[in-house]
Amino acid sequence: MHQRLRTRINDFAIKLANVNGTGSASANSLLMQAIFRMGIPVSGKNLFPSNIQGLPTWYEIRVNKEGYTARALDYDLMVAMNAQTYGRDVREVREGGYLLFDSTYPLDPGFHRDDITFLGVPLSHMCNENFKDPRERILMKNIAYAGTLAAVLDIDMKVVEALLDEKFSKKKALYESNRRAIRLGYDFAKRHFECPLPFRLETMDANGDKILIDGNTATALGCVYAGATVAAWYPITPSTSVMDAFTEFCHQYRRDPETGDNNFLILQAEDELAAIGMVIGASWNGARAFTSTSGPGISLMNELLGLAYYAEIPAVVVDVQRVGPSTGMPTRTQQGDLFEAAYASHGDTRHILVFPANPAECFELAKSAFDLAERFQTPVFFMTDLDIGMNDWVVPRLKWDGTYVPDRGRVLGAEELKRIVKFERYNFEDENQVVARTLPGISSKGAFFTRGSGHNKHGIYTETPEEYQEVVDRLLKKHKAAAEFVPAPVVRKREGARIGVLTIGGCDPAVSEAVDLLALRGIELDYMRLRGFPFCRDVERFIADHDFSFVVEQNRDAQLHSLLILETSQPKDKFRSVLVYGGFPLSAKHVVDGIARQLEV
Amino acid sequence: MPSIAKPIAVHPSLHRNKIGLTIRDYEGSMSTLCAGCGHDSVTAAIIRAFWELSTPPHMIGKLSGIGCSSKTPTYFVGGAHGFNSAHGRMAAIATGANAANRELTYVGISGDGDSLSIGLSHMCHAIRRNVRMLYVIENNGVYGLTKGQFSASADVGSKSKRGESNRLAPIDPVSLGLSLGATFIARSFSGDKEQLVPILKAAISHRGFALVDVISPCVTFNDHAGSTKSYLYTRKHEVKATETDFVPPAAEILATIGPSGTTNVTMHDGSVVRFRTVPKDYDPTDRRLVTEYLQDHQGSGEVVTGLLFMDETVQDLHELNQTPRHALSKIPYEKLCPGAAALEALQAEFR
Repeated sequence: MHQRLRTRINDFAIKLANVNGTGSASANSLLMQAIFRMGIPVSGKNLFPSNIQGLPTWYEIRVNKEGYTARALDYDLMVAMNAQTYGRDVREVREGGYLLFDSTYPLDPGFHRDDITFLGVPLSHMCNENFKDPRERILMKNIAYAGTLAAVLDIDMKVVEALLDEKFSKKKALYESNRRAIRLGYDFAKRHFECPLPFRLETMDANGDKILIDGNTATALGCVYAGATVAAWYPITPSTSVMDAFTEFCHQYRRDPETGDNNFLILQAEDELAAIGMVIGASWNGARAFTSTSGPGISLMNELLGLAYYAEIPAVVVDVQRVGPSTGMPTRTQQGDLFEAAYASHGDTRHILVFPANPAECFELAKSAFDLAERFQTPVFFMTDLDIGMNDWVVPRLKWDGTYVPDRGRVLGAEELKRIVKFERYNFEDENQVVARTLPGISSKGAFFTRGSGHNKHGIYTETPEEYQEVVDRLLKKHKAAAEFVPAPVVRKREGARIGVLTIGGCDPAVSEAVDLLALRGIELDYMRLRGFPFCRDVERFIADHDFSFVVEQNRDAQLHSLLILETSQPKDKFRSVLVYGGFPLSAKHVVDGIARQLEV
Repeated sequence: MPSIAKPIAVHPSLHRNKIGLTIRDYEGSMSTLCAGCGHDSVTAAIIRAFWELSTPPHMIGKLSGIGCSSKTPTYFVGGAHGFNSAHGRMAAIATGANAANRELTYVGISGDGDSLSIGLSHMCHAIRRNVRMLYVIENNGVYGLTKGQFSASADVGSKSKRGESNRLAPIDPVSLGLSLGATFIARSFSGDKEQLVPILKAAISHRGFALVDVISPCVTFNDHAGSTKSYLYTRKHEVKATETDFVPPAAEILATIGPSGTTNVTMHDGSVVRFRTVPKDYDPTDRRLVTEYLQDHQGSGEVVTGLLFMDETVQDLHELNQTPRHALSKIPYEKLCPGAAALEALQAEFR
């Protein structure tokens, strides 16, 4: 007999190994949702392939009563449903852990381990006995293992059944099948295994009125609330669901109740060149417009992003980052587009970036992206990633401030134009170096020629060095002025800390947890999560105030680290990198190891 | 593009249109193209068309890509907003502009390099979406600004200034437009203002994408013997399939009836396009017959001109998307934001 795990309540991780396209996603999200409804902090990470059917896919669920929900790397229980990956799945179970498998077929004895417990459930056999339709036999195996997990983990069956009621209330046949399958798995476990296992769930009240939502849905909702009316896009993983959700929300909220008209227009473009062109055209014409894409799309958009920068036209670009270079790994996560976004396009260009860390911030900061784009008349990148965008996160309930008024920036109307002698597009800047623009269709007095070719402050074509420089120098000052308008960094300080740690976006849960774990080892770190570029004075100060700072990010080339060196006045030796870029979401273990190794602890 | 401001003095005897503007009010700055450039004639025709239609200058949006042709929006309707964008991308930017504000009249000026090479896909998809705009291709078969390379519209056997013969098959925007479902297709010649002005007026009034391919010779790089886009070649080989009158809504129909009879096509806004001297076998509303006719005549080296095809029954971008009649950009924010209560209610789904 192997050593049993000590009893743990609401503190464990499970991993489910499946074959893509077999319907496991609905079973896995059902489990995650049930745990969420039991009031327990939980996270689910979908590690999926770029494939429709056949390749391996995994789903990880971490339960943690303290609220640490970054990806775990130790698995107490493996649900091994994929023969292709069985060998490595067995190896990943922690010592003393459990492995659940379909006992209809014999296990490969070559992979046997003495230090874990194998729980065999005849899933195929049970489903073949109980269901006639071949597709249903495959699908219901997943629901059956969910039933088994409910039994061995002590998931509240009332919650599970309520979820099935809601999901299939309108599909009677499916409802019956799901109910039957879940019971098959549940009853088998109750009869054959010691339930629950040493690690199990217990209802708690940590989730309050929190919600379970993915970042792409939240971003789309944020764009609806920000007042975006035109959206243009080209399908690309992992950002497609942004526009899917935007479309759905527009149908829900943007149909004029009186006329039935659509107060929105969504254009599925022929490519990303066109998508950004459409956004620029619509923004030039006064609409709030955006595109959603990923790294390869930004590569194509570079040309027109330079035009929007130089001609000073607002544009919001949602970049749900994936693994590059080239096609890379489309279904894996990374923060590899920082250079590409910060300096997109040829010539001297630089852009405003916003870094939400989770779906709640995706919603909240979307309107800030539009405000920044219109205030500074320039493209703004909304930098999320696949982990934030496509995984479900437990986040605080979204709130809407009814007093919000969009910042449309300096736009002269007909009355203002009457009062001035002559309108000049790039002249008479305000304290943030922003000049006034006019919209077509208002007045001939406001007419001007927008161009990507050299222009002077009067908006007239130029090839004169002084005139050209005068405009691009103002653009640089305008970009710098934006630093104090981008979302402020979030800081968490610890008594006596002399070392800092900086990160962005979806690294937040892992870095936050790592800071606490390192403190237990006596390593005190102050934590700053950046939320915008250009970097504000607080960033500069934070770095200056610490002996040095770790920069944690998910790319090979330390892009955030490099941006900090380039765009602050802090010396190089103030920074140390922790880089994790294999494509899976970050774990606190990665960060703890990365930092501890460099501190030689 | 360099531009030279023109003197603004207006002679009192100049005619005024319905909104009290003279034709000079539809001019822009001085052209900096080569003397004799076909594009300047197209500019003049556009100025006349807008003046005759009495379109308020500020209600016009002028867009272009990059190239000689794309410089020309500075030379007409100075009182309109203009957008000289990037090479080939005009159709995409115009689509977005049109999406945001359908109340304006859009004119896109492009060339054969801009539309048939680098921006080919954008033009094709703007046609498919039926974006309401006048889309002019000032077609000279050559890259002028980079000094004389063949463009994608150069005919097989056409000679460059340096004497090389083009061996690649041309892309013909008219045939392409027909195959893509374009709802208004015309070809004209910059040297024939009488034909071009009514075509432009009809194109501006068309509710949808109006493709106007104008053979517009490049006097510097493609007007020599052996070129099939020269003034001389075009004059020699032009065959007018149709001659058209544009009759604005509510105007009395007085034009004389031509010898081959006339065909009237009523436009969405009540205007009428009258086709005069139409050959007996030509029906400008029958896509299949028009395609056949063009292939027959093109095969024998003829340049078929006129308003070649129109279909007033197809919905434009906005109708297809059921947007409001007024500009999306003008909808007050309060109408766009679902508000706090809706957000609260929605979140029951995220539990």
